[in-house]
Amino acid sequence: MARLIAILVGLGFTLVVLISFGVDTYTSITEPAPETAEHKFHLEPKAVSFPHDGVFGKWDTAQLQRGYVVYKEVCAACHSMKFVAFRDLADLGYTEPEVQALAAEWQVPGVDPQTGEAVLRAGEPTDYFPSPYPNAVAAAAANNNAIPPDLSLMAKARHGGAEYIYSLLTGYQEPSEELLAEFPEAAPGQGLYHNPYFPNLNLAMAPPLTATGQVSYEDGTEATIPQMAKDVSAFLSWTAEPTKVKRTQTGWPVLGFVLFATILAYLSKKQIWAAVKPAKRKD
Amino acid sequence: MSETSASAVADPNTHAATADGTTAGAPGGVRRRDFIDIAALSAAGVGGLAVLYPLISQMAPSEDVLAESTTDVDVSAIEPGQAIKSVFRKQPLFIRRLTDAEIAEANSVPLSALRDPETLSDRTLEGHLSLLVTMGVCTHLGCVPLGVTEGENRGEFGGYFCPCHGSHYDVAGRIRKGPAPTNLVVPEYTFNTDTVIRVG
Amino acid sequence: MSFAWAKQYEPSNGLMRWVDEKLPLPRLVYNAVGAGYPVPRNLNYMWNFGVLAGFALVLQIVTGVILAMHYAANAEVAFASVEHIMRDVNWGWMLRYAHANGASFFFVVIYLHIFRGLFYSSYKAPREMIWLLGVVIFLLVMATAFMGYVLPWGQMSFWGAKVITGLFGAIPLVGESIQVWLLGGFAPDNAALNRFFSLHFLLPFVTAGVIILHIWALHIPGSSNPTGVEVKSESDTVPFHPYYTAKDGFGLGIFLLIYFAVVFFLPNYLGHADNYIEANPLATPANIVPEWYFWPFYAILRAFTFDFILPAKLWGVLAMFASILLWFFLPWLDKSPVRSGHYRPLFRKFFWFGLIPCILVLGYCGGAHLSPWTIALSQLATAYYFLHFLVILPLISSFEKTEPMPYSITDAVLNADKKPVLGENTSPAV
Repeated sequence: MARLIAILVGLGFTLVVLISFGVDTYTSITEPAPETAEHKFHLEPKAVSFPHDGVFGKWDTAQLQRGYVVYKEVCAACHSMKFVAFRDLADLGYTEPEVQALAAEWQVPGVDPQTGEAVLRAGEPTDYFPSPYPNAVAAAAANNNAIPPDLSLMAKARHGGAEYIYSLLTGYQEPSEELLAEFPEAAPGQGLYHNPYFPNLNLAMAPPLTATGQVSYEDGTEATIPQMAKDVSAFLSWTAEPTKVKRTQTGWPVLGFVLFATILAYLSKKQIWAAVKPAKRKD
Repeated sequence: MSETSASAVADPNTHAATADGTTAGAPGGVRRRDFIDIAALSAAGVGGLAVLYPLISQMAPSEDVLAESTTDVDVSAIEPGQAIKSVFRKQPLFIRRLTDAEIAEANSVPLSALRDPETLSDRTLEGHLSLLVTMGVCTHLGCVPLGVTEGENRGEFGGYFCPCHGSHYDVAGRIRKGPAPTNLVVPEYTFNTDTVIRVG
Repeated sequence: MSFAWAKQYEPSNGLMRWVDEKLPLPRLVYNAVGAGYPVPRNLNYMWNFGVLAGFALVLQIVTGVILAMHYAANAEVAFASVEHIMRDVNWGWMLRYAHANGASFFFVVIYLHIFRGLFYSSYKAPREMIWLLGVVIFLLVMATAFMGYVLPWGQMSFWGAKVITGLFGAIPLVGESIQVWLLGGFAPDNAALNRFFSLHFLLPFVTAGVIILHIWALHIPGSSNPTGVEVKSESDTVPFHPYYTAKDGFGLGIFLLIYFAVVFFLPNYLGHADNYIEANPLATPANIVPEWYFWPFYAILRAFTFDFILPAKLWGVLAMFASILLWFFLPWLDKSPVRSGHYRPLFRKFFWFGLIPCILVLGYCGGAHLSPWTIALSQLATAYYFLHFLVILPLISSFEKTEPMPYSITDAVLNADKKPVLGENTSPAV
């Protein structure tokens, strides 16, 4: 009886899902889903390598310092970075007085100790990077309703991570003739810019890196657009996960020890079982 | 331990010996095998202990808490006889400008009369004898003593008075009466500028 | 307990004797996972996963309790508190990655444990209760994992909470009220986050309780084994300790090697990038998918697209719940007298060429972007899933000619290299 009910229930679900299958398959054959511009012209991120990549990677502090300059001079005009504090910049190889000086270059919201009024004051190492806008409404209003996302976690919050950021920053271009011929509606509208690395091909951010020498690097590196893009991508990898190098460096001794213990456990298991293994019997 | 189940397997002596280590004088090779078991167990033990380290240290102050461990205070506006309350590491900080009379009084007390013998100059920075910076935490059980705000009970010695269990501190923040064992703690601090001290 | 030849606990010193007299806890442990529990001597490595699942639960409770010391269950600050753990708390990044990936590894071992039970028909009499409790544990762990994924309050957390509670919205008449009641609001917010946190903390301990029942029920008939032949004599068994403690120790080492490799080198591989974006009630991610361990069930949910008598949405929800709940009935659906898939040629073929590919296809489709291809594949796989458990399994026992089985476990072990004695084919992987 139980089996009979089960068979009926099973056939029921099977029937219903097969009807869905039939209907869907028929529909997709008779009315194939139209090809989309996103599907056909979207590009995967370019392959870029960073010194901190992989399980042996290390931060290149000179690169991170350059990336910080790009963030400060370019990105920070619109993007906040609220989970990163100035004190964290010590990771980039700055000394304590240097961190204090870097923090003091920023204006952060504060309170006047005499009057209690909201004021801007110089940043201190314990402060977090300030938002360029007082609130989300202001951010939307200033940017054609597209709120610039916070950059703290950007390298972890997008598929492709730092490579995606690099590709996006260096990927602005005019839409190809082929694209416009096939999908005229995919042409960037008012206030939008074409970029094949962006999921839907058009984004509201104007090309931020526009000219060689847009920022000046203290170490004399020439600030070409790819150089700036790469440096800031590396910097954002660090802001997304400042503990990344510590993580992989901790991983090796842990794995080494567990491997050692596992080998011992195997030998121990083997000798304990030796007595009951049939191979030991000569019968 | 009984050997009852040992008959179930081919070579009872060996396995029973390694199982519980009680069968002394078992056939040769047992010692080496014991060693492997002990080594494996020891490795597991060492691993377990190593894991305790992050599990325990996660409770210690985090980076952001440690980063807030200095406090800057402008002391220029404190008049002689006045005191202010600030915050250092989430705890009250008392900053008091002593009058000349208070300084004289503090210096007149013989060290032998003190539970925790310290002179006023031990407890202030050189050249700033009138500026007393102490934690506002009673050394008995951690209450906040009275005596900062105008009109509060300053105790029998005109300094601070802890209402929890009746500890009296003098103008130099030294314990004079009551259960507290030591003077109010003087934190590390320096003058950043002529008017601003940095505590911590 | 279960066998006459089981070793009896004998306290090794006066203190233990004193404790054992007042509270026979040492005896209980000895009989449960010590030398007092006789276990078939022929268990293969598929029998390691029960202990590993128990280990994974402990791992999750330890790391979880610690994360709860730093996490703040408030929609305003939940996301920031997780970042605080990742950036500022001492070893916080490691503990959080250990917990997030620990959930994945918990499911890996649970699924292997279940597949072991399915292939060797461990659910059959006299072990039905063990299986039923196991399904309860699985449901509890799924609920716990779902609520845990909401806590970081990223985009996937938020939309996962919205979509999964939306499943209850498919219930006719009262569905919407139930969804609003579950969330304590019209969208996930503080109320939902706080109750999910509370239950996410509670349910692991409930799970631990059911696991104790699961092990208790296991000790009544004793462990099953790869031949499916019941224990006949003392020579069929070895004491759990030291034999299986040593084997489980080795298994744990392998587990930890893989687990730590992921925690330290690929901690975000099993996660989703969108969950590093703070929850935004006004923007849905392009592709809402649950964590990988829910993909097969998610694919079943999405496979129903046609309103046949009932709305498609309701069919999907019914099928998704049915796909797990039907496991409760397995002991009474599969009536073959033979347990082990080793001696069931027909069952074995359906298992390896039907069920396993079907689950893998469902898993793939559940995580993939919706497209006509993945929909069609998941529909076919869903059809097979229900056919397999509810039609094929009940029916094949009538047609199947099973292969000869060894007389006893000892027989199977000692003559393992003499195949003719056992029949034509005894390898599990055809």
